[in-house]
Parts: sequence; C-alpha cells; structure tokens
Amino acid sequence: MNTTLNNNTLKKEKLNSGLALPKVTEAIVRPILFAAAVTAVIIIILIGFFILQKGWPVLSTYGLWNMISGTVWQPTKELYGILPMITGTFYITFIALVIGIPFGLATAIYLAEIAGSKTAALIRPAIELLAAIPSVIYGLFGMVVINALMRHLQRGLLSGILPPDYQLGYSVLSGGIVLSIMILPTIINIVEDALKAVPHTYKEAAFALGSTHIQTIFKVLIPAAKSGIVSAVMLAMGRAIGETMALIMVIGNVTALPEHGLLSLFAPSSSLTATIALEMGYAGPEHQAALFAVGIVLFGIIALLNAFVIVFTRRGGQQQL
Amino acid sequence: MITKPKGKERIIYLFLVLSGYATLVILCSIIVYILLKGFSHISLEFITQTPRKMGAEGGIFPVIVGTFYFVTLTILIAAPLGIGAAIYLHEYTREGTITRIIRFGTELLAGIPSIIFGLFGYAFFVVLLGDITQGWSLLSGALTATCMILPTIIRTSEEALKTVSRSLREASLALGATRWQTIYKVVLPSSLPGILTGIILGIGRAVGETAALLLTLGGSLLMPQSLFHGTRTLSMHLYMVAMETGNMDAAYATGVILIIIVLLINFIANYGIKRLVTRNTTTTARS
Repeated sequence: MNTTLNNNTLKKEKLNSGLALPKVTEAIVRPILFAAAVTAVIIIILIGFFILQKGWPVLSTYGLWNMISGTVWQPTKELYGILPMITGTFYITFIALVIGIPFGLATAIYLAEIAGSKTAALIRPAIELLAAIPSVIYGLFGMVVINALMRHLQRGLLSGILPPDYQLGYSVLSGGIVLSIMILPTIINIVEDALKAVPHTYKEAAFALGSTHIQTIFKVLIPAAKSGIVSAVMLAMGRAIGETMALIMVIGNVTALPEHGLLSLFAPSSSLTATIALEMGYAGPEHQAALFAVGIVLFGIIALLNAFVIVFTRRGGQQQL
Repeated sequence: MITKPKGKERIIYLFLVLSGYATLVILCSIIVYILLKGFSHISLEFITQTPRKMGAEGGIFPVIVGTFYFVTLTILIAAPLGIGAAIYLHEYTREGTITRIIRFGTELLAGIPSIIFGLFGYAFFVVLLGDITQGWSLLSGALTATCMILPTIIRTSEEALKTVSRSLREASLALGATRWQTIYKVVLPSSLPGILTGIILGIGRAVGETAALLLTLGGSLLMPQSLFHGTRTLSMHLYMVAMETGNMDAAYATGVILIIIVLLINFIANYGIKRLVTRNTTTTARS
C-alpha cells in the first residue's frame, strides 16, 4: 500500500519536473492578469477620489447650492457662481440634440431599412470616419466656416435686432451646430443596431396587415426599438455635455447668463468643460480648487446620465424578453 | 412586399434618404475644406523644420516627433493592460460579481469626459507623482491617455477573444497544454486581427485627444528629450496655433496632417486588418 503510493508520487514528480516551468508561469500569470483587469476599476475610484479631494475645499466653504445658483464667476474675487456655465452647457446640448436627433434617427432608419447594400457600404465608413475625426478639427471648421456664416447672418439679416456683442459669430447656436455633427455617429450607430435587433416577424406581421413601409417603420419598428433610441439620445447627450475642444473654439467663452430671450441663441457663451480647460493653465491654487469643484459638478451630471442609461437599458432589455 | 411610397409618405421617404446622404456630404465638406485650405501651406520645410513664434511660423517637426513618442508610449502602457484585462475577463473567470464590477467600471470609464481625465491626470500624475513623472511630461500625458483608451482596448480585445472557437481551445488543452500556453500559443494568435483593430482605434483616439493633454502633457514646442520632458501633439498644436497665434494657415496645415493620419488609421483598421482576418480564416479553414 505504502510503496504503491510512493511509486505514484514518484511518477507524478517525474512528470511534473518536465512541466515545472509552465506551472510557475501559470501561477504568476493569473494575478498579473487580474491586476490588469482591476486597473479600470482602480482608475475610476482614483478619479472620483482626486476630483473630490481637490474640489472639496471650495465646494464645502462656498456651498454647492451657492455655486450652482450663483450667476457671477470671478475667481479673482472669490466668486464662484457657475450657473452661466451650466445654462451654457445645457443650452448648447439642447440645440445639438434638437438638430442631431432627427437627422441621426433618419439616417439610421435609412441605413437599416431603405439603403441598398452598396450605398450603405459607402455611408457606414463615412460615419465611422466622422466619429474618428479629432474634435479640434470640428472646432477649426466651426470657428472659420460656421462662425463666419453666423457673423454674416448676425450682421446682415439680424443686425437690427441683435445687440452688438451678439454679432461676433461666436455663439450658442454655432456650438450647437458643431456638436450636432459630432453626436451624429453615436446616435446613428446605436439606433441602427436597435432597429436591426427588432424581430423580423414584427415587420412581416405589419406588412401582412397591409401597412406601407413608412407606416411599418414609424408605427412598429421605432416603438419596438424605443429603449435603444432612448439610450442613444442619452449617450449623445453625455458626449455633448463632455465635449471640450470644439466648444472652446466656437462659443466665445463669455461667462454670462443669456439675457435676451430667444435672441440669446446668438449670444457668446461658455460651458463647464470649456471653462476648466481654458482656466487651468493659469489658475492659482484657490482658483484651481474652484475648477476642480466645477469638475465635480460635471462628473455628477455625467454620472447621473450614465446611471440612467444603465438602468433604462436593463429594464428595456427585460421588457423585450 | 415593399411598395413605392405615395403622397405624404413620399416626403417622409425623401427626408430619410436625404439625411442618409447628408452625413456623407457633411463629412466630405469638412475634410475637403480643411484639405483645400491647408494643402498649399504644406511643404517639406513645414514638416522638417522647427517652429518659430509659437508655431505661427516655421515648421512642426518637434510636434510630429512628440506625437509619435506620445502615441507609442501610450500604446506600450495601454495595450498590455487592456489585453491582459480582456484575457482575464474572458479566459480566467466565470461571470460573477467581480467581472460585473470590472465591466461596470470599464463602462463608466468610457463615458467620462476627457477634461475630467485631464483634471485627474493633473492632480495625480502631474502633482502627486511629480517626483517620478517630473510634472508636465510625456509620461504624465501618456499615463492619462492610457486611462482614456483602456476601455476601447479591453472591449475590442474581448470581442476578438470571443471569436476564437471553443474547439481550438479544447484541442490545445487536450494536447496537455496549460491554460496560459493555450492562450499564448493558440487563442492570442487567432484573435490577433481583432486585438490589433482595438489597438489601432486606441491610437486614433490618442492622436485626436486634446483636452486632457492640455493639463498633463505640457505643450512645449521643443524637441522632447526624454520621457520626463513636456511636448505637444498635433491636435494640441492645432488648437494652440489657431487660438493663440491666430495664424490660420499654420492651423489648417496642421489640420491636413492630422486628417491624413486619421484617414490612414481608419483605412488600416478597416481594410488592412480585414485582409489579415480573411487570410487567417482561410488558412484555418483549409487546415
């Protein structure tokens, strides 16, 4: 009994000696890979920690409510009201969505339902490319082309009704237009996928009931792809709120609340992101802390949006099941 | 059967078709405009000379070199991390709480605006680790960019790993190979095209990134001497030249080079890699 056991272990040892190296590698590799996998989580925690830690001094002494309801941003006088930037951010995002959603939806429907495989093969890479173009290129294009057009409009047709500081080209509307182009790929890709994921039987049933193609698209496919469309809009919104460079180059970066109602479409503006990027370069310690506090607000807005997307898509997915 | 739309429906139909083509027109007009404006300003001198007057005159050679160093360093850090994470998620664990947390973290990371990465990179890499990274430097910028492109690389690598068939893995394991040997010698080679696509997409994102780098890379116009010196990328240069010097010709010309790089990256990601894939799959099918 004992000897056979010894024999067995001997045999095993013999076998193992040939495999010693792989076994060691195996033992080392696993923790290394685990460390790599956890990095993303660690980074997220570090980001949250450092933004909070750096912004906390200003946020706690000045007060979150004072900050987001304050209308004057003058860091040299320790006035940290960021309401103008928040309204700027949301105003521009709103315009971008108003222009971008119909076009994005229409393009997605065209690609998923109407386009032949050859035209789709031409347009899809173009959309991919649109997503790959750096934001500074969009910024440059907006700065020289869209702002020039805007100036033309402001000083020509609208010169009578616009105050002089609204005639510079740099405007909320330019920012919205540039962003609407930048969010197109996000909307198109997600909506197209959502439309294609609708079971084919839905469509056949609609056709069998005698509906036309357009009726089928708008009454059957779009309602069925609802959750995909909503998350596309949310993600596009996140992208628009987070965009920095293209906005800096086209909106004029003036921290003021819109005052002239609908005309403020043509007002120069600022955004949360643009202010951080522009002012970090020369800010003193207190001013820097204030900018980190702006970062906290931005981070909070994006986190809320993301949480909404995650909850919504999960619920939508269950509904479809 | 789909019939031709009539009446009011024709207008809707027309709008859908026009929107489809509109994206094509917008893309082309942006690219063509920048190319037309900038092409005349591009010359051998522009590419090979050092800049004068903050980039308003002279060339952009140090910027091209800086971009190259920055992207290379970023990929050298991000690719092993991202691929490693993907291997762990797909090959080494079952789906459970830990993978769910990791996936959630990756998803969150992908949604964070680049300026937040900039703030974080400034607070962490530039200030706190300043003794190691020497403040604003190639290293700080590359580490910040790594955080940004990590989700892209993890996601595409995992997709690539998913395409490797189970039977290949089982065959390797049946031959007595260990798990790591199987991954290293069987799974990774056959998922290489997909992983490369992810890396190339990561390069594209690093090349185009600006906001986060404004706060971490330094923006020096001098030739970068080491990892610990600041530099600027083409995107940063374009922004700084357009906003600070007002010399739009230099900005357009930088834009042209940037667009050419992006087009090239996209072309490689789409067609170069696809050819690699078809070659690979045909050989496996034959054997």
